[in-house]
Amino acid sequence: MLQDTVRPASAGRQTLQDGSFKDLHGMTLSNSFNVAWEGVMLNKLRSFLTTLGIIIGVAAVIVMLAVSAGAEAEIEDQISGLGANLIMVTPFRSFGGVRGAGRGFGGGGPGAITTFTYDEVLFLSQNLDNIAGVSLEQSTTQNVKGGGSTLTGVSIVGVTADFLEVRDYEIGQGRFFTQSENDAIQRVAVLGAGIAEDLFDGNPIGQQVRIGSSRFTVIGVMAEQGVVGATDNDGRIYIPAAVVFKRFGGSGFGGDRVRMILVKAESGDVMDGVMEQITSLLAGRRQIDPSEPNFGVRTQQDIVDARASTTAAFRSLLAWVAAVSLVVGGIGIMNIMLVSVTERTREIGLRQALGARPRDVQRQFLLEAVMLSLVGGLAGLFIGVAGSVVFGALGGMRTELVPLSLPLAFGASAAVGIFFGYYPATQAARLDPIEALRRE
Amino acid sequence: MNDLVIEITKLTKTYGEGDIAVHALKELDLQVERGEFVAIMGPSGSGKSTLMNIIGCLDRATNGLYILDGEEVSRLNRDQLAAVRNRKVGFVFQSYNLLPRLSARKNVMLPMMYNGFQNWSEEQRSERASELLDLVGLGDRLHHLPTELSGGQQQRVAIARALINDPSLILADEPTGNLDTRSSTEIMGIFHRLHAQGATIVMVTHEQERAHEAQRVVNVLDGRVVAPQSRIDRLVDA
Repeated sequence: MLQDTVRPASAGRQTLQDGSFKDLHGMTLSNSFNVAWEGVMLNKLRSFLTTLGIIIGVAAVIVMLAVSAGAEAEIEDQISGLGANLIMVTPFRSFGGVRGAGRGFGGGGPGAITTFTYDEVLFLSQNLDNIAGVSLEQSTTQNVKGGGSTLTGVSIVGVTADFLEVRDYEIGQGRFFTQSENDAIQRVAVLGAGIAEDLFDGNPIGQQVRIGSSRFTVIGVMAEQGVVGATDNDGRIYIPAAVVFKRFGGSGFGGDRVRMILVKAESGDVMDGVMEQITSLLAGRRQIDPSEPNFGVRTQQDIVDARASTTAAFRSLLAWVAAVSLVVGGIGIMNIMLVSVTERTREIGLRQALGARPRDVQRQFLLEAVMLSLVGGLAGLFIGVAGSVVFGALGGMRTELVPLSLPLAFGASAAVGIFFGYYPATQAARLDPIEALRRE
Repeated sequence: MNDLVIEITKLTKTYGEGDIAVHALKELDLQVERGEFVAIMGPSGSGKSTLMNIIGCLDRATNGLYILDGEEVSRLNRDQLAAVRNRKVGFVFQSYNLLPRLSARKNVMLPMMYNGFQNWSEEQRSERASELLDLVGLGDRLHHLPTELSGGQQQRVAIARALINDPSLILADEPTGNLDTRSSTEIMGIFHRLHAQGATIVMVTHEQERAHEAQRVVNVLDGRVVAPQSRIDRLVDA
């Protein structure tokens, strides 16, 4: 009976027929955005202060992620710089997570650290099967003279003849020293590419260098490597380990104790077998129980895994810090949105009188909260990225921006806005227009 | 055939329940024809405000029938009522209720934000708002903020806003309550002009003089309409 007086639909308006107008009524999203943005800009200082929590939270997370990723990349570089199929024999306790190591040896004090002797290195290299080589790296710093110039604080490393093979390094010029030269305690030296360049203009092969007070003959120059991690491998001089231990008695090289033995297996398949051999041979020589050795036998993968679990723990700590700061920021947003709803009650009443549905009001305030947190997230992202770059450049720490930061910053701040904006927005939508219009 | 914009039959509004129930409206009947200019009067507590809220679809009756512009609105939900308000009712408030940070023209365009006018371009909507501001004599104040306008001017912006969706009914609640005599006369002048052009106007007021400028005065007392008088009747009485 009521629908018989249908009026022609004028522009932008459709005759109401028991709810069929629904699709026509309501705000467009762009309009909602505009109104919400007006709300944010209405009180700029307050909006800024409100978003500060989110800004700081997001920025801190991005910087910390970058720092932890930088540290991780540094470790990766160092470890992968060691070469493939490498087994490290280390004194017990020098690293965490030692495979096959017994507990409580020597009472657990620092005195329990048992290093190796040069003889043990020779013993291993003579008795192990399926290996490509055995080496050690015993280093000191010395002043070096040669070709008329002097270099101070050069890293001098005593290694075995297997060193190139073990570390997958390459010789650039001349040759590396041989097993027999090492055994004969020949004073020969192989220069890092940078040292060779610094000391000699022409061909350094056959030239003399004075390391400390001893003269060495240069027989080779290493291929240029560049800086790996924090180590400048081009700035080293390699000399036979036997020279270090037999002639210098290890003086200046940290005593006659070897801190780490590097063993390279023939292939990845024989790694486990080689590791077992090392344990039983060394334990047998030391006359200790192989099931409770006082040394550790580990692969690079073990170290990487140990580091990875440390960084994973660090990461989860960061995640908690991030979560807490975002929640605090979110509570700030909820607080200010509740204030805003109270302050603008009359405006809400007016908008309702003019045709805003509860959901239009809700969407307006929800969008406003999301915008606040997104603006905060965006600002935090910029500050975090800039902070990471500045920190990496000036802070003496390697930082690496994590691509995950971007979606994380946006996702987290949007989620915070929705979660903490929902309640105030719903409160706004529930307002009775009559009451709201009456409010001063 | 009489074309009714408002057809209210046995309208009841009760607040609370049982012993503490307050009956604001008691089976009230009211009819307003299209093109009529009606003033609603009544002392405070008479149910006048409740009636106005229901006419404006801001509130729903407890019982009874309300047909607004050919449509039964007594049973609509909140969303549907919002749509009806947007399309069929143009509100003019005592305190103007303009948004302070929006220009006069943006204020006038506000109701268009909630309906199909969004299909119009910004220019089209702006132009329509400008035309209406011109109609109420503020063609040169389009970009002024409410604080830069006098009370009378603000109320004229509010009237333009009420007209923007081409409503079936203009509902004015004490439109001259906050204004001086000169501004009041101007505002009443605009209502008379709109009425002359065929607009249906319901004005709630407590000012006898203003009420009697309307075609008809409806007196609400104790939740009922008492002795509806036409101007002719009044003249006869006098």
